[in-house]
Amino acid sequence: MLDKVLFYFFAGIAVASAALMVTRRNVVHSAIFLITALLATAGIFLQLRAEFLFIVQIILYVGGIMVLFVFVIMLVNLDVALQQIQFARQKWVALLIALALAGQVGLMFWSSGKMPGQGLPVLTAAAAGRLPLNSEAVAKSLFESYLLPFEIASVLLLVAMIGAVVMAKNRT
Amino acid sequence: MMHSLSQATIEFLKLYWAPLLCGVAVVAILPLIVGYIVLVERKIMADMQARLGPMRVGPHGLLQPIADAVKLLIKEDIIPDNADKLVFWLAPVLSVGAALLSLAGLAVGPAFQIAQDINIGILFVVGVSAMGIFGIVLGGWASNSHYSLMGALRSSAQLVSYETAAGMALVSALLFTGTLNIKSIVEAQSKEGIWFVLLAPVAFFTYLVASIAETNRAPFDLPEAESELVAGYMTEFSGFRWSLYFLAEYTNMIVVASVATTLFLGGWLRPFAGVARLNVLDFVPPLLMLAIGAYCVLRAPKQPTRVQQMFMLAVAGLCFLLGLVLVAPVIVPVAKPLYAGIHGAFWFIFKVSAYIYLFMWLRFTLPRYRFDQLMRLGWHFLIPLSIINVLLVGVALIAGAYFHLQGWGLLLVTTPAAVIALVAALFILAAEKQRDARQGQIAASDFYAG
Amino acid sequence: MLPIGHYLFLSLALFIIGVIGVVTRRNVIVVLMSIELILNAVNINLVAFSRLYGDVAGQVFALFIIADAAAEAAVGLGIIIAFFRNRETVLADEMDLLKW
Repeated sequence: MLDKVLFYFFAGIAVASAALMVTRRNVVHSAIFLITALLATAGIFLQLRAEFLFIVQIILYVGGIMVLFVFVIMLVNLDVALQQIQFARQKWVALLIALALAGQVGLMFWSSGKMPGQGLPVLTAAAAGRLPLNSEAVAKSLFESYLLPFEIASVLLLVAMIGAVVMAKNRT
Repeated sequence: MMHSLSQATIEFLKLYWAPLLCGVAVVAILPLIVGYIVLVERKIMADMQARLGPMRVGPHGLLQPIADAVKLLIKEDIIPDNADKLVFWLAPVLSVGAALLSLAGLAVGPAFQIAQDINIGILFVVGVSAMGIFGIVLGGWASNSHYSLMGALRSSAQLVSYETAAGMALVSALLFTGTLNIKSIVEAQSKEGIWFVLLAPVAFFTYLVASIAETNRAPFDLPEAESELVAGYMTEFSGFRWSLYFLAEYTNMIVVASVATTLFLGGWLRPFAGVARLNVLDFVPPLLMLAIGAYCVLRAPKQPTRVQQMFMLAVAGLCFLLGLVLVAPVIVPVAKPLYAGIHGAFWFIFKVSAYIYLFMWLRFTLPRYRFDQLMRLGWHFLIPLSIINVLLVGVALIAGAYFHLQGWGLLLVTTPAAVIALVAALFILAAEKQRDARQGQIAASDFYAG
Repeated sequence: MLPIGHYLFLSLALFIIGVIGVVTRRNVIVVLMSIELILNAVNINLVAFSRLYGDVAGQVFALFIIADAAAEAAVGLGIIIAFFRNRETVLADEMDLLKW
């Protein structure tokens, strides 16, 4: 029961914040709504007992990436941009296609449980009490099975850091 | 459905009534505690500047925080003209929310923890308190003022820069524990028999400096210095909103001190917790309280007014009572199970207070860092130092495991590691200074935000 | 844990809102933020299946996606800043010259 309440609470906040985010005129308001959407996603991770990912989402996404976004928004914030049109010319066609995509995938999810022998499994997830310690399990998997992707991710972050510094530097 | 909902609520309350009650109590009492920390800071500042500090409101100025709180609450709430009202309201709430939420993960004693047994314990505290950055940035932006925005961008740039160094310092101390759970960290220090401040001194030093920068305290308080940017991001906030920011800052100080105490200073363990021969140290807390009480009794006749005399005697009585509470678990066998809780809480609060006293001492002693010097210290010294330290502590641990060293024996491998790390970082700094001098420019950096 | 369909529909909703943001808005910063929303939707999906099958690999994959999102946001914002310095605009419609 607690699981249900938590899920609907966080899911509601996530969807509402996301919808508000793509429709705000003021970019700082959009950023704030993205922050709440990311926090709600972190809540969903916690509800799924993925504690390490919950805190990584908060430290990296909310505390790192969103701070970066807010900084850049303040650097490029133009008052004149507030008065201009916010949505591109293709908005109605784009909306139609996006909703068609949503309808397709939604129909697939909906009908997958009903066709016998096909679709999504109905396994029962492990009871929360019998789950292994999350940080230890993630660390074990990261450093034993997925060591190479881990090292590649570090190289990727290094490259991105150098690229961002080079691009944002003042050409003096 | 409604019946099951109400039943589920009752089940929830039956399970979680204690943390909820503790949480509400902490949030209710914390503003009072923070007010008195401010008073203690003003008294210590006065003492270091050879004066008396607040003396007028209440005996020895002890009602000063109450007067300040009342004044702040009844002040007019001014909102700047073109300020964004929603964000202006939200910013202090974010700061205070993040600071108070991170308090939930801390453990004051082996039995005093609001959120029990979090698997990611210390990472939770550090991560959630990092969310306070938004309170600063959005507050500065919502004020619709250049000084506020500049102060906010500088302050958040400083916070972000020192967060990396603080995190790396914590990582190198966590290498000794193998777990993020707060209780397990303190138990690891109890098992090794040595506090991690001795095993990882460079990490402690890095965390100390980084935590001063994280909480915007002097000598890293340029973003909120009066002579520089008025009050930085807090300029346009008056009355209750400002007091929320203040509360957030001092709560952050408490959180940072608690993290350092848990990870480096042995949490709730008494010094030499494992050594049975030094059990006489168990009598130190009650004797300390007795000494303070005796001092108050001796000073009582010298007070100028009757009210102050009676007040001193009341304080002495309180100290004696506390001493009695502290001595009971050590002497009376029936109260022994309470020993860990009560003495643990005493030692924890003692260490946190010592750390905060260190903060205040540094504030009143050192001059302020200029912003580019601050950034240079963070990026060019502390981050290389903490990264090298992580590497070398890892190597030291492997060497220690190879030679089957344990407890105090680990000092043999970790001290050389610490020395090498410090020397390497200073070498990097010196090489950079030489290169800058050769290029004929003063060591400046373009880390100014915007 | 709730039946897996709940998490899939939540993930779909966030994904579609992100897609709408990417194809509809003119401000490139909002476009970048919508991309982050899409990545989060995928993360929810991965973590839900990781919990269903009891395999922590889903969470590890989500971790890599978060690291990747950080890298991409940094580079993307760097490009935006560099562009803004030259053309003083952040609207996608006005970024229409290959060389000036």
